[in-house]
Amino acid sequence: MKLRGNSWRDVTPGGLIPWPGNSRQYETGDWRTRRPIWHKDRCIQCYRCWVYCPDSAITIKDSKVAGIDYDHCKGCGICAAECPDKVVALEMIGEEEAIQSVEGFKEAKSDKEEKGEKPNA
Amino acid sequence: MPKKVIMKGNEAVALAMRQINPNVVAAYPITPQTEIVQIFSSFVSDELVDTEFVTVESEHSAMSASIGASAAGARAMTATSANGLAFMWEVIYIAASLRLPIVMAVVNRALSGPINIHCDHSDSMGARDSGWIQIYSENAQEAYDNMIQGIRIAEHEDLKLPVMVTMDGFIISHAMENLMVLEDDKVEDFIGEYKPQYPLLDIENPVTYGPLDLYDFYFEHKRQQAEAMRIAGRIIKNVADDYEKLSGRSYGLVEPYYLEDAKVALVVLGSTAGTAKACVDELRLEGKKVGLLKIRVFRPFPYDEIIEALKGLKVVAIMDRSDSFSSFGGPVFNEVRSAILSLERPPITLSYIYGLGGRDVNLKDILGLYHDLEEIVFSGEPGEVLRYLGVRES
Repeated sequence: MKLRGNSWRDVTPGGLIPWPGNSRQYETGDWRTRRPIWHKDRCIQCYRCWVYCPDSAITIKDSKVAGIDYDHCKGCGICAAECPDKVVALEMIGEEEAIQSVEGFKEAKSDKEEKGEKPNA
Repeated sequence: MPKKVIMKGNEAVALAMRQINPNVVAAYPITPQTEIVQIFSSFVSDELVDTEFVTVESEHSAMSASIGASAAGARAMTATSANGLAFMWEVIYIAASLRLPIVMAVVNRALSGPINIHCDHSDSMGARDSGWIQIYSENAQEAYDNMIQGIRIAEHEDLKLPVMVTMDGFIISHAMENLMVLEDDKVEDFIGEYKPQYPLLDIENPVTYGPLDLYDFYFEHKRQQAEAMRIAGRIIKNVADDYEKLSGRSYGLVEPYYLEDAKVALVVLGSTAGTAKACVDELRLEGKKVGLLKIRVFRPFPYDEIIEALKGLKVVAIMDRSDSFSSFGGPVFNEVRSAILSLERPPITLSYIYGLGGRDVNLKDILGLYHDLEEIVFSGEPGEVLRYLGVRES
């Protein structure tokens, strides 16, 4: 079955979920109040961020760190904390600031465009 | 042919459960419900049913196991009383919100404390906001009939709501009565095959029951649950109509008794309705315009039927076999009074708390009560709203 809409008439009884694996559709990125910004030029490809990210939100392309999956990154900051002190290829900025800043906007935009979606930033 | 038998209320309920032949019964014994579990377990041992009987370690587990079984796709039943129902508290709400059509017999008994094993309605009245349909029985016949109808009501595709069928502890559960019982195959046909909507055991179509549901959707799910309760009255009546064709016994949400031309009336649930009917019969022979409204279904609350039935009366005594401790009358009083306030000339309403902890209410008590109501019609002075019937005042 498919959910027809969001009204009380449409939801499943008791909130049961007859769509196995639908957590994939849940964009936990909405929860974020702080956003990691990845600086490609400073990154030494040590993969520490990829190893420690609890949400598998560090994207890898051709075996290289390629950016951040903002649809699922909750903004915990572990990647920035784990990024080596001499490198600082990841920094945390406020989500509001990110939305307003050109750099943050570009990050979010390019990430969405890769998936063929409209940016939400 | 239907058979006339002599049985106690507990035996009648256990018999109904045998005829229903549920897939799972998970139950824990508690006075005065114990016999239901004991008799049913002998049906299991004697292989008279196909039921998986789960002997749990508590009522919390009894309801939890019933929920698990029902979610798995089984027709699940249980029974309890008093503190057992109170111990189920947390999970009865979950059964209702998960829309699991479990049918449970509640043999009404006073809640502790002081500890007491006899009848009052404090147990099921406390569960009135849990989202379960509640059907009160006047005698063993009704308890038997309500259990069978309960299955059809609970499992109706538009409802999927759990049903509590109550009967007064000891007064009905342990008293011998004549009653008519149906043939096994007639009951089987009436309840039909249970077709669960989202059974967990359907591994081709996996579902998740009971996920976290926060402010973004909890409200919608509760609204949907409330809607099922809103339409339940109509479905309960339809099931009663079908049952009448089978049994010849007629049931409504309420049962008016000599109300058409009555000036005064009682509103009552459970076995006291029988006592009050005998009083009405007696007073009617004397030409007194007295009547009675028995509430059979308390959840959903049949406000339309109650308003219609109590229209034109002068004084109504609303009887509660439990106290709400609000200091403004019992739960039945508050809901009935609130419903009939929409009448242009609502009757004077009085709250009578009676029969707590099994305190006997006999014909003399009810006759005296009708007399008091007639006095009020005569004097026009309602006096105290909140009254206690049968308590030692001196």
